[in-house]
Amino acid sequence: MSAPAANCPNCGAPVKFLWSSAVQTTCEFCHSILVRTDVDLKKVGEVADLPPDASPIQIGTEGAYQNKSFVVVGRIIYEWDQGGWNEWHIVFNDGSSGWLADAQLEYDLSWLSKPPQPLPASTRKGQAFDWQGKNYQVTSLTKAHYKGVEGELPFEYWDKSDLLFADLRTTSSDFGTIDYSEQPPLLFLGRAVQFDDLHLKNLREFEGWT
Amino acid sequence: MPAVQARSITCPNCGGPVQLRGFAHTLSVVCPQCHTVLDTSTPEVAILQKFQQKTQIQPTVPLGARGKFGNTAYEVIGFQIRQVQSGDDTYQWNEYLLFNPYHGFRSLTEYNGHWTFVEVQTALPEPAHARGRPAVRYGGKTYAAFDSMTAQTVYVLGEFPWQIRTGDSAACQDFIAPPMMLSSESTGGEITWSLAEYMAGSQIWQAFKLPGSPPPAYGVFANQPSPYGGNTGSAWRTWLWLNVALAAMLFLFMIMAPGRVAFSDHYSYPPGATRDRAFVTPSFQLAGRASNVELSIHTDLDNNWAYFNFALINNKTGQTFDFAREVSYYRDSDGSDGSRNNSVIIPSVPSGQYYLRVEPEMASGSPYMSYDLELRRNVPNYGFFGVAALLLLIPPVLTTFRKGSFEAARWRESDYSPATSLSGGEA
Repeated sequence: MSAPAANCPNCGAPVKFLWSSAVQTTCEFCHSILVRTDVDLKKVGEVADLPPDASPIQIGTEGAYQNKSFVVVGRIIYEWDQGGWNEWHIVFNDGSSGWLADAQLEYDLSWLSKPPQPLPASTRKGQAFDWQGKNYQVTSLTKAHYKGVEGELPFEYWDKSDLLFADLRTTSSDFGTIDYSEQPPLLFLGRAVQFDDLHLKNLREFEGWT
Repeated sequence: MPAVQARSITCPNCGGPVQLRGFAHTLSVVCPQCHTVLDTSTPEVAILQKFQQKTQIQPTVPLGARGKFGNTAYEVIGFQIRQVQSGDDTYQWNEYLLFNPYHGFRSLTEYNGHWTFVEVQTALPEPAHARGRPAVRYGGKTYAAFDSMTAQTVYVLGEFPWQIRTGDSAACQDFIAPPMMLSSESTGGEITWSLAEYMAGSQIWQAFKLPGSPPPAYGVFANQPSPYGGNTGSAWRTWLWLNVALAAMLFLFMIMAPGRVAFSDHYSYPPGATRDRAFVTPSFQLAGRASNVELSIHTDLDNNWAYFNFALINNKTGQTFDFAREVSYYRDSDGSDGSRNNSVIIPSVPSGQYYLRVEPEMASGSPYMSYDLELRRNVPNYGFFGVAALLLLIPPVLTTFRKGSFEAARWRESDYSPATSLSGGEA
């Protein structure tokens, strides 16, 4: 799965890729945001200091879901007026990638999905969608700010500011998000999961909890 | 990567140190020295609220205590007292916020010694109906609507992953399927569903290894499992099986102890008999341990009566059992009354050689009567079976009754209390 190392165009430090399809990564040393081009890495920005966070997950955390193992290769950090959350970019052993959200230790797994019908340009709480025989209901609308990125992402993602997300739920722990930061909006579908469902290893440690 | 360090801040109000247990999840904390509520969402700690309440309340489970629920240890990091105003009544319960850095947040509630362990849910319940009342379906179970209220936070201690203030209020609804309770809490248009499992004080004491014993629980709590819940069914099943056993015993009795005939004979009572009608029978043996003796009388009476005085006399000791029976049988075109036969059971007759003294009596001018006397030793006492069957009824009836009163006590606290709806919806 590892791709050959390259060097950071800003500081010259080696930049390793855990996932061969990564489009963007960050330099561990100088915090430059690097985008892959056909020939080399291009610096497109710099990550501000990441806000303190207490997610037990980190880049390199491994886990398994439904008998497929995965590794955490990157993340996007969001903040809203009631706190923040992490969207961890995870890569499965079959090369596919998905997202593991950790919002105050409530975990959701989701995958970019093709909307069965075109998504409405806007939505409201309580709106229902029938997708794949399931009734999804919009349970919350969150205005968030992009706070930072770390590691490898499947797309260029570094210049966002205000964003709108609609979270959807069903009667059986299915989970969905409509991301209104793109036009047309993106749909992510997945499951709400319990910590133990993910069989995570290589987690962060917490003072007093080891 | 080094372990995530616990954070410590300085209270901007009193300058005292404030230790944080919830790492970066903590967005507000109450200063343990001056009770000011602090905003910890940014590095510059700000004052959210100067705490009004001066009284120092010690939570039953102290902040910092760790307890095991399932396989996971949780630490108490926050405490709030929430209050509901219902008409002239005010009631309060305690809510503990539990934290594990991997598994996240849970809570414990305590009301009058009743505890619940609460977990936020990720699936949505579906509206439903149960016995004409509103209900919800969730996870394959039906939860009956129990009550709805506005809960207000009136006291806070410790840390919260949101910005808490006293005075915060939320619209709550409870649905029950004991021992579970599904609750919705709505603040600012956001609805959160959580599932609470009933816990006895002893379970909490055990989880946190608290000293002493938990205070007793008062009353019946909304999702408290009925101690008679599953029992009425099983009590009645037990009753059914005991009856089957009893019937089998009765059957065995009838086969094994049909009563050995100790003596029988045929007699007649001639019409107009005037001489001394008493006579004695030949002696017979009553064997075995002291047990009962049944004497049956079979007559051919028709629209007449006869009265028999008996004495069962021990040849050797002269011990005498005196008894009497009347036989009367009348019939006309409308039907009949009485019986041509009668019997009597004499309990506990010791073994030995006995004879019977018989003194029949009839109205003068009666026609000829012929009759048989039969004396059986050790006959089954069917009365015992009747009494046993009645006694067996006591436990299931009692259980059913207790279950009924337990449920009545539970629903008295509900918006759907039968008493409430009868008195015209007075809360």
